[in-house]
Amino acid sequence: MIDVLIAVTVGCAAGVAAGLFGVGGGILFVPVLTLALGLSQINAEATSLLAIIPTVAAGTWTQQRYGNVRWQAAAVIGVAAVVGVEAGVQIATSLPESTLRRLFGVLMIAVAIQIAWRTRAKPDSDSGARGR
Amino acid sequence: MADRGTTLRLVLIGLVSGVFSALLGVGGGIVIVPLLVLWLGFRQREASATSLAAIGLIALVGVTLYAVRGHVEVGPGLLVGIPAAAGAVAGAVLQQRLRARVLSFAFAALLAAIGAYLVIS
Repeated sequence: MIDVLIAVTVGCAAGVAAGLFGVGGGILFVPVLTLALGLSQINAEATSLLAIIPTVAAGTWTQQRYGNVRWQAAAVIGVAAVVGVEAGVQIATSLPESTLRRLFGVLMIAVAIQIAWRTRAKPDSDSGARGR
Repeated sequence: MADRGTTLRLVLIGLVSGVFSALLGVGGGIVIVPLLVLWLGFRQREASATSLAAIGLIALVGVTLYAVRGHVEVGPGLLVGIPAAAGAVAGAVLQQRLRARVLSFAFAALLAAIGAYLVIS
């Protein structure tokens, strides 16, 4: 029972993060599915993708009402990403994972700094899209 | 958006996010959103909204491939996915009420935190 409660609570939190930041929530779904609900790692990763579908559908639907979704761009990215996954699987088998993790980690920190820097330097041009 | 340079960048963003998620299990949005902002000048809100739509497509293909091999557990998936859908609506509504600056800084913090986690773990 407590496991179900944890799953629902974390699921909800992952959803809020998804809606707020435009991410799928998999980074939270996978540990909940393994630790609270006892799924194996591979099943958790697969099931996480299932959980992502209603999450992003609801988020996209809400964003669509504010006119924020660019469908053509989303379609191009989505199709290319499917190809990218295939390439990623090939690379994964030929490079040590720890090296890749560190490399990507450093890259992400660099991008974060760049975004923060640009935001700091730029005047706040739009202060919310309420009522659009 | 029809020009070639834009399309090429979108394809690159898709490829990078696909590789990223295959290798590390994180990917999708955490890659798509910053690249849309930095490479294509999307606003944070547009970038996150477009990212959600793209992730939907990616997840749909992924879940189908896994389901064929019997790895998808529907009950647990819905148990976290349905509350998450409610959360996503709340998150997206909340996002419209935040100032663009606040949102960008919060996203940068999230990105840095995940980056640090990848480096340390």
